[in-house]
Amino acid sequence: MSVVAEDKKVKQSYKHVGTRPVRHDGLEKINGKARFAADIIKPRMIHGHVLRSPHAHAKILSIDTTEAEAMPGVKAVVTASDFPLPKKDEGFPHRPKNLIARDKVRYEGQTVAAVAATTRRQAREAAAKIIVNYEELPAVMTIDEAMAEDAPLVHEDLITKGIDPKEAKPSNIAESNFYECGDIDVGFKEADFIFEHEFSTEAFHQGYIEPHACLADTGKDGRSEIWCSSQGHFMVRSATANMLGWETSKIKVIPAEIGGGFGGKTTIYLEPLAVKLSQKADRPVKMVMTRDEVFRATGPTPGTKIHVKIGVKNNGEITAGKAWLAYESGAFPGSWAKLGKWCVFACYNIPNIQIEALEVLVNKPVNIAYRAPSAPMAAFATETVLDQIAKKIKMDPIEIRLLNAVEEGDYNHSEMVGTFQRIGLKETLEAIRNHPNYKIPLGPNQGRGIATGFWFNIAESSSATVNLTEDGKAVVITGSPDIGGSRASMALMAAEELGIDAKLIQPLVGDTEAVGFTDVTEGSRATFATGLAVVKACQKLVVQLKERASIMWECSVDDIDWVDGSAVHKEGKEPSLSLAEITAKAKKTGGPLNATGSLEAKGQGPGFSTQMCDLEVDPETGRVTILRYTTAQDAGTAIHPSYVEGQMQGGVAQGIGWALNEEYIHNKNGMMENPGFLDYRIPVASDMPMIETIIVEVPNPKHPYGVRGVGEVGIVPPLPAVANAIHDAVGIRLRDAPMSPVRVLAALNQENGTNG
Amino acid sequence: MSRIHVECKINGDDAEFLCDADESLLDALRDEVGLTGAKEGCGTGDCGACSIIMNGNLICACLAFAPEAQGGVIETVEGMADEEQLHPLQTAFLEHAALQCGICTPGFLIASKSLLERNPDPTETEVRYAIAGNLCRCTGYDKIVRAVLVAAQEMKQNPMKG
Amino acid sequence: MIKVFLGSNLKSFTNGSEVLEIEATSVRSLIKELNRQYPGIEDALESGFALAIDGEVIANPGYEKLKETSEVRFLSPMQGG
Repeated sequence: MSVVAEDKKVKQSYKHVGTRPVRHDGLEKINGKARFAADIIKPRMIHGHVLRSPHAHAKILSIDTTEAEAMPGVKAVVTASDFPLPKKDEGFPHRPKNLIARDKVRYEGQTVAAVAATTRRQAREAAAKIIVNYEELPAVMTIDEAMAEDAPLVHEDLITKGIDPKEAKPSNIAESNFYECGDIDVGFKEADFIFEHEFSTEAFHQGYIEPHACLADTGKDGRSEIWCSSQGHFMVRSATANMLGWETSKIKVIPAEIGGGFGGKTTIYLEPLAVKLSQKADRPVKMVMTRDEVFRATGPTPGTKIHVKIGVKNNGEITAGKAWLAYESGAFPGSWAKLGKWCVFACYNIPNIQIEALEVLVNKPVNIAYRAPSAPMAAFATETVLDQIAKKIKMDPIEIRLLNAVEEGDYNHSEMVGTFQRIGLKETLEAIRNHPNYKIPLGPNQGRGIATGFWFNIAESSSATVNLTEDGKAVVITGSPDIGGSRASMALMAAEELGIDAKLIQPLVGDTEAVGFTDVTEGSRATFATGLAVVKACQKLVVQLKERASIMWECSVDDIDWVDGSAVHKEGKEPSLSLAEITAKAKKTGGPLNATGSLEAKGQGPGFSTQMCDLEVDPETGRVTILRYTTAQDAGTAIHPSYVEGQMQGGVAQGIGWALNEEYIHNKNGMMENPGFLDYRIPVASDMPMIETIIVEVPNPKHPYGVRGVGEVGIVPPLPAVANAIHDAVGIRLRDAPMSPVRVLAALNQENGTNG
Repeated sequence: MSRIHVECKINGDDAEFLCDADESLLDALRDEVGLTGAKEGCGTGDCGACSIIMNGNLICACLAFAPEAQGGVIETVEGMADEEQLHPLQTAFLEHAALQCGICTPGFLIASKSLLERNPDPTETEVRYAIAGNLCRCTGYDKIVRAVLVAAQEMKQNPMKG
Repeated sequence: MIKVFLGSNLKSFTNGSEVLEIEATSVRSLIKELNRQYPGIEDALESGFALAIDGEVIANPGYEKLKETSEVRFLSPMQGG
């Protein structure tokens, strides 16, 4: 099913890395015993419920909780007065203002208060008795509305960052980002063809099947223990402590199994509320969001408006790239526009570039990361325009990309990579071109679309502890929540370093007191950076194991090699000692064998993915059916190929959902009309074909196993791949996502003008 | 309001629990009986994470009222394996990496079990439509469908006892 | 001399100059020297920045040593998903 193309220059053969053992946490996931946050119970536990704003934009004039507090079963109520604004921010100054509304509510669903009661029903009924007086304000729900002259302001005193001299008046543009290189006017003068178009995308939700959930147990000693669903429990600890004004060490966070995140669980929503309610009630408090709350009040990805202009010579060489990008950020500013700026032209060598990217406030839930955030929308624009150009100059879509593709030594204008080390972009393009699917003939109303995507991947800090047991096994404890099978990859890397079977490795995710600080599982960093920490710890253990062997053999450590899990005497003077034989004698040779590894990682490689979508358009209904889908991605080295394939396929499915069906629909009052899975339509099994995966292995020279982050880039190409395929099928260019049946039909029925 | 006493069979064992009249069967299974394998993903019957088999029918437990279980026979993921071995579907899911985060897995296992009881030799398309009521956001369904097809073949060759 | 690319967000401190030549042996001394010449820039960087030193991205810079001919680009803090 998946072909692994190997880099001819660097061929490594591993014994454990690259195999496909059953994942260590698999049994509990298939027998119902795995404990997700909503499954956790504690004695005397009570339940919390949040009161949310019914308005998209309103002043809070007063809140009266007296009646609610007197309701049966109620043990505690909290409002903003329980959470004074922290004096110091921990990198996200807006979080404490988003997590509970203070002077204003700035989106429908924003938290206004919370109640804890003996049963969920009692908590709900009491929350309904909290009296909030609102003064409704006009809301801005789109980029156009937010940027209009005299638009109502989401924040009355916000002056746009990044503009010099400063703007005189406040506006809804939180930040303006600019990037330039070469001379854009000269670049367009040199072009034989120039294409420019505007694109738009709606907000999309990560759609993790598990709603946010946590259980907090605050003791009379001022310490709280939190079980939660999160991509980063150390982040939960610091963010919760910050919002409460507590020392970080007063909070312990235990990661439950997490039911999907995709970036949406890289922040907190419920935890400070639960901790405070628990403190006031002196009982453990569990809080679980409903699906409705997840849609209205967590963090979808921004809607966008993007304008791209590309100039090429007759031979397909790109001479100039200009982009104007506007990203919504929701009710508080984020960095989404900046990320779009970094990704829009990242795949290509363009000598003259000019990019302006605006962060725009709207009265919608605060956007948060969603799998390669901001990149898919930018790729939608660039890759569609490139497809138009290829059709115009009659050049194969893969050839035009190969001609312009970045490679080792090129400077990455996205600013997030610097100079490219060895990368696999061209290899992914060639893998698609060489795949038999590229030649499958297409029938009427069928089309094929190609697109390429980039994601920079991050590194950050990780810690790992590896303890050897008396009977020769290794317990590998890391701080990276497992959102895609990373425990299995940690076990494989440990197995490779120690030379023992992966079955003898027990990979665990430790809580904030059991393992060293580890940054959030995001940015495709876990296998790369946490893997490095595991490797470091195992390398220290190998040193210790050799020292113990030298004690047992009464020889010098220099006489010993570590081979395939055993100490081997270089001159064959002793029969080799296995790891298990050494650990069995650990007490006699110096005590337990444990080691830690920690680092602020560097040298992560970017990810590239090229994808090919074959689809059929039904001209009567506008329905698009995906016939075949092929994805080629540079994974560096696939530690556990099944889970690399899984990441690739998952990203594709999500991107197809964005392309065809998913969108936030708001009415004119700013209320979300489709906060459920019936009408927020994510792909189901009958929508999808098998997804053919090609893992291209161009090892990252900066990692001992050549690892490159794989989790995110897969979601970047589908939007343009689908759009390009629709054009190939029925000759219409769609530039607004989702390309739902309604939009496809409208374009088909139009007389002129969307052909290109 | 006094609670209702329900007696039924769950995974082959006699079971009883107390519930409110308007409590969902999902909540009763999770909170009263302690079987947390079925999950709430949406509460409105759209995601299938709460799939169980009641009286031979595949249902969303969030759409059934707990008192409806009175006198009934319920199967959940916790009862899929027998004393000696995992259900072939469970084994296939593990061996074919048909899960990533695992939250939807109990629902898919029950839905696939129900399918194979009705149609022991499904085509790929039949599998896809049978599990279209179960949402997965991690896998894109590819490996899930493959695992179900593999398990179907395995079960044809080695029928489970009982 | 270190060649420094400030990026558009910091040029308000330098009257619009984005490319500078600064004498420094480490990231720390570079920032101190920048602040000496353009007061206020150090405070602006407090909220976070990343660097590319000779083409390699450093997400959380602090004390890295710089070569005489190093090229340093100021980036904004990173985020994943």
